[in-house]
Amino acid sequence: MADQAAEDLKNVVLNDKHVALGGRMVPFSGYSLPVQYPTGIIAEHKWTREHAGLFDVSHMGPSFLVLDARSGDGEADHTAVADIVEPLISGDIRGLKPGQIRYTLLLNDEGGTHDDLMIARPPGEGWGGALYIVVNAGTKEADFQRIAAAALGKGTLNRSDHGALLALQGPEAAAVLDAVVPAAAELGFMQYGSFDWRDTKLVISRSGYTGEDGFEILVDPEHAAALWDTLLADARVKPIGLGARDSLRLEAGLPLYGHDLDETISPVEAGLNFAISKRRREAADFPGAQRILAELGGALKRVRVGLFVEGAPAREGAAILDEHGAEIGTVTSGGFAPSLNRAIAIGFVPPDHAAPGTRLQVLVRGRAQPAEVVTTPFVPHRYVRKASK
Amino acid sequence: MTKFTKDHEYVTVDGTVGITPYAQEQLGDIVFVELPKVGQKLKQGDEAAVVESVKAASEIYAPVSGTVTAVNDALSGDPGLINSSPEVDGWIFKLALDDASELDGLMDADAYAKLTA
Repeated sequence: MADQAAEDLKNVVLNDKHVALGGRMVPFSGYSLPVQYPTGIIAEHKWTREHAGLFDVSHMGPSFLVLDARSGDGEADHTAVADIVEPLISGDIRGLKPGQIRYTLLLNDEGGTHDDLMIARPPGEGWGGALYIVVNAGTKEADFQRIAAAALGKGTLNRSDHGALLALQGPEAAAVLDAVVPAAAELGFMQYGSFDWRDTKLVISRSGYTGEDGFEILVDPEHAAALWDTLLADARVKPIGLGARDSLRLEAGLPLYGHDLDETISPVEAGLNFAISKRRREAADFPGAQRILAELGGALKRVRVGLFVEGAPAREGAAILDEHGAEIGTVTSGGFAPSLNRAIAIGFVPPDHAAPGTRLQVLVRGRAQPAEVVTTPFVPHRYVRKASK
Repeated sequence: MTKFTKDHEYVTVDGTVGITPYAQEQLGDIVFVELPKVGQKLKQGDEAAVVESVKAASEIYAPVSGTVTAVNDALSGDPGLINSSPEVDGWIFKLALDDASELDGLMDADAYAKLTA
C-alpha cells in the first residue's frame, strides 16, 4: 500500500485510545490505524486465538439501506429492498431470515469482484424494508455510490461510518460480551441485532475476520470510547492491531479484498462458490453470470489455493512455480502464521495444480523454495453455529 | 567501540554485525532470518542478510567491507533472539574487516542516538 502524507489521513474516533495504548499508527485505506501495540503481532495473534482480542475496524463501511416508502408489510418491504441490491451482487438477499447476515460479492459485468461485503436483514418487524450493509474500507466510496445509484428513487443509503466499528474476537469473546450486553451473547453465528447499552443502541453481529467466534459492534461516536474502555477493562480482552488481524484472517483462509480478490478475480476462482446463492444461479441474474456459470461448470483457468511454504515467507507477488520450475501462478497473500509457526500463503494456480498435496515451489529473492498445496482454512474455524444458552 | 549505520546495523570493533534495538523495535516480531555464508566476501553496503518480520522482509547490509567469518546459527531456530537480545544473543554475522578505516565513516553511539531520537 502506498504511503500517504500524514495530513491526508483520517483519524478514527478512537485514535487517542490507540495512541495512549502505544499503538503504532500506520496509514491504511486512508485512515491512521494501529498496526500493533507494544506486545507485538505474534502475542496479539495468539491472545486472540486463546482469549479475546478487541480490534478497531472503524475504517470499514457500515451503512443502512432503507426503502423510501415502506408498505408496513414486513415481507413485502424486505423483498422490495432486497430487489434494490440483488442486481449488483451474487447472493440471495430476499431469502434472508430476520436477523440473518450473508457474506456476498459485489460483481462487475465481467464476473470480477468489486468488493466482498456483508448484507443483513434486520431482526424485528419494525425494520422491514431496511438492510444493514458493511463494505470494505478501500472500496467503500465506490461501493456506496453503486448501491446509492441502484437505490435511486426507491431507497436511501445512510452511511454509518462516522462512529466506531469494533470487533471482539476469540474463544472468550462471548463470555466477555455476556457481561456487557447479555442479550447479544445469545446471537447465533451470522446473526445480528440492535441492543440497548447505557443510553444508546449498539448494532451487534456475531461475525468476524479471524476464524474465531466473535462479534462486530457498531457504536455511535459519543459512546465509542466508553464501550472500548468497558470491553478492555475485562482481563480476558487485549487490544489487537491490524497486523494480527491480517495474520489471523490469513490462517483462517479468508480472502482480503485488493489482494486475494479484485476486479479480475471471480468468486469461483476465489473458491467462494458458497457466496453464489442457489436461487441466483438458477436465475442467472447477477453481473458476470455468463462467465461465473461457465466457471461453475468447470471452465476455470485459475483457482485460489493455500500453500505451506518451506523457509522464508513468500509475500504477495511472489511467483508460484511447478515442480519443474515453470511459472504457473502468483502469491496474493503470504506471511508467517503465528499459530502454526511456519510460512503460509494464498495464491492462484491452474486447476490441475490445485489438489491438496501437490508439490510446488515459490520464488523468494530469486530462489525457488518448496511449497505444498494444502486445504484452507490453515487453522480450523471455531465459529459458534448456534447460540449457547 | 561499536559503530552504527543509517540503515540501523551495528558493527562492533571485533566485526560483529547485527541490528540495533531501535531497528528490532521498528520491525516487530522477527520470524525468519536469511544468513550469509561463512567465507562470503562483502563490500560495504552489499546485501548481507535478510530479516523477516510478520509483515515484511528487510535487507541487512554490510556496514563495512570484509569476509564473513561466522554466522549466528541460533537465529535459524529462534529468530526472535533479534528482538529479545539484538546486541548480544541476536547478533547476525561476524566480519574480518578489510579496512578498519571504513569504521571512521560510520556513526558513533551519540550520533546514532540523535538519528533515532
